[in-house]
Amino acid sequence: MAKTKRLLSGNEALALGAYHAGVMVAAAYPGTPSTEILEAMAKFDDIYAEWSTNEKVAMELGMGAAYAGVRALVSLKQVGLNVASDPFMSAAITGVNAGMVVISADDPGIHSTQSEQDNRHYAKFAKVPMLEPSDSQEAYDFMTYAFDISEEFDTPVLLRTTTRISHSKSVVEVNRSRAMNARQSGFRHDLEKYVMLPVYARLRAPLMEDRLVKLAAYAESFPLNTILWGGRRLGVVTSGVAYQYAREVFPDASFLKLGMTYPLPRNLLRQFASEVDRMIAVEELTPFLQENIRALGMEVTGKEFIPSVGELNQRIIEEGGFRAGLLPEPSARREEDIVPELPGRPPTLCSGCPHTGIFFVLSTMGQRSKLLDSDGKAQKELKLIITGDIGCYTLATYPPLLAMDTTACMGASIGQALGMEKAGVASKVIAVIGDSTFLHSGITGVVDGVYNKAGITIIILDNSTTAMTGHQDHPGTGISAQGKKTRAVELEPLVRGIGVEDVKVVDAFNVKALRAAVRSSIDSPEMSVIIVRGDCPVHVRKQSEPMAVDAEKCDRCGTCLKIGCPAIQKEGEVVHIDTNLCVGDACTICQQLCPDRAIALLSSLAGGKPK
Amino acid sequence: MVGVGGQGIILASDILGEAALAAGYDVKKTDTLGMAQRGGSVVSHMRIAEKVWSPLIKEGEADIVLAFEKLEAARWGRYLRPGGVAIINHHAMPPLSVSLGTHCYPDDEEIRDMLKRRTERIYFVEGARKAIELGDIRVLNMVMLGCTSLLLPINVRTWKECMSQRIPSKILKVNFTAFDLGRKEASDVNLR
Repeated sequence: MAKTKRLLSGNEALALGAYHAGVMVAAAYPGTPSTEILEAMAKFDDIYAEWSTNEKVAMELGMGAAYAGVRALVSLKQVGLNVASDPFMSAAITGVNAGMVVISADDPGIHSTQSEQDNRHYAKFAKVPMLEPSDSQEAYDFMTYAFDISEEFDTPVLLRTTTRISHSKSVVEVNRSRAMNARQSGFRHDLEKYVMLPVYARLRAPLMEDRLVKLAAYAESFPLNTILWGGRRLGVVTSGVAYQYAREVFPDASFLKLGMTYPLPRNLLRQFASEVDRMIAVEELTPFLQENIRALGMEVTGKEFIPSVGELNQRIIEEGGFRAGLLPEPSARREEDIVPELPGRPPTLCSGCPHTGIFFVLSTMGQRSKLLDSDGKAQKELKLIITGDIGCYTLATYPPLLAMDTTACMGASIGQALGMEKAGVASKVIAVIGDSTFLHSGITGVVDGVYNKAGITIIILDNSTTAMTGHQDHPGTGISAQGKKTRAVELEPLVRGIGVEDVKVVDAFNVKALRAAVRSSIDSPEMSVIIVRGDCPVHVRKQSEPMAVDAEKCDRCGTCLKIGCPAIQKEGEVVHIDTNLCVGDACTICQQLCPDRAIALLSSLAGGKPK
Repeated sequence: MVGVGGQGIILASDILGEAALAAGYDVKKTDTLGMAQRGGSVVSHMRIAEKVWSPLIKEGEADIVLAFEKLEAARWGRYLRPGGVAIINHHAMPPLSVSLGTHCYPDDEEIRDMLKRRTERIYFVEGARKAIELGDIRVLNMVMLGCTSLLLPINVRTWKECMSQRIPSKILKVNFTAFDLGRKEASDVNLR
């Protein structure tokens, strides 16, 4: 086919590469920075792509497809692989039949995750091969290798990317088209391979060791492990985006660029080490390469002078190179480089967000408003604990709402609330969780609560989308990843079916109703569920007229500022509403709260066209 | 390219990247979005050359800082190389901390002073005003792109071809107008 050059993100390139490699089934749960991979796969109408309920199901789906003889792609963010690690480990022991590639999109620097973890260790842990592209071209090219390796060695392949690879765009020469030899599905019954009873698993465990030995031999001549000779005084072993940074920082060095970072090519490393005066490893996060190279009996440094925490960049590596005696002192931070004290701009709940009302209500209950005083003494008086979860609503942690006490991982709000209650805290415990997160991993917590006679309240924030990651559909929306109408899983009968008797559904934009619902749940000793329902204004754009502040009626009490709406702004003493941001009559929360009735639709304010 | 989430910076930098590719350059761009859909500080690094390695620009090495919002210009000005160009939309979006009274929004002179540590080439442009005059604040990104286009070796035809590939046809005309207005604005403030 004709070669074309395109500017693609790493994620788009991974998807196109997988498609051209003949993938028939793709599954994922949305999670930054991996989301766009499945979004791109879903656009190909001659394959099957789905948003799975969660990553564990996605992984199991991939296993099933590969067992059944077609190539499968599973894409997840770093913590998604934690969720899916059980089936991942199982796929590693059973092997796959048709190719199965698992993309782990890690997040060094914690741009949008709850932790910083180096998923390269999963490859070693599961004894499976791992590839690491360093730009979009490689993301595209490596996919073909990944599937071929998967089938040749009968193993899932971990393809590890990072935020910087996934979300950067670079030029890709698209030089293939979809493989026409995509296999027909067909499952071959093989109890010893697919049924991991101990008696069969014991037979397969040694095969994993043999596989690693063969993979290590393969890695020696693997074309994506390459030596780029430069000066022989310094040899840099590197992979992923760190390679790009290192090329700029050490322009005169020799490079051993590893496309396959597990298992490592011992002989190639030996050859490289023997021909350079000093070998260093430049890698993000943990000393994965460094430790594994040392385990092969070679001396290499790296983490002695390059940080093990956070994302790298040229400057950080340059400073490390200086500390290691490899580079002259970088031009010290000049006085003008000192970052001025400026107001921060953290992400906020959007104007018109359906989460704003409920969190405002929660922030005013159980004396939580004392948190605003920010003195430690006040905290002792709080009579309400709010366990939180993963989603846009986690932003309600910030001032002025301060309406969240914990956030850990998907679904944890409910289990944590149960634990606090069972521990005997005097305060009422409320778990807050979004609809997509609830379906991902909140349901089992409800089952636990019903079974173990809990008295917690669970608030499900139902905006009918997975908003945080860019509005993906989920089992509750009634639309599939490929845009087809399907049956929606309904939350109300679901929680009732589990056995919760006190279930209320409340309009997200009705403050009075929200307050009444929370109050009645707090006062009740029974376990209760409140479903707060309202559309995400960024997802469902409605024609609406903005609100405005009547300057004559406004006595500047500041109540409207306490909801944290970005459209409500104060300059000097004057509060005004940014008409470009306000969603107006689709929300009206500020209007409901204003004690002076000074907020009204822009058109209704006589002559007073506010700023 | 810096600004506030929701200002259309990513689309603008995508179009810039595609135009540079069409003009025959190697291109890498990377966006730092933080975790929210909207409202947070957004930075898009764009590198254009014969050959690009890292997608990230080193602090103090950017030729141009294109700021969609004044406070963000001040925040990211340190990325400019000495003598680089700052193009700033003369528009304030006070963050929540300013509305809550815990922080102050810097005035134009303070912003200018911060950038002057790096360069004298500081240009405030009326991007938001022009976009609102065109009836849609959302075309601000094309106004800003038009401003920058004056400094880049990419011809107007290429710009518009790339715009037409990314922008729905029913709103393409107003976006073209926005781009032209931006280009003219840049020329009016003697950007080049």
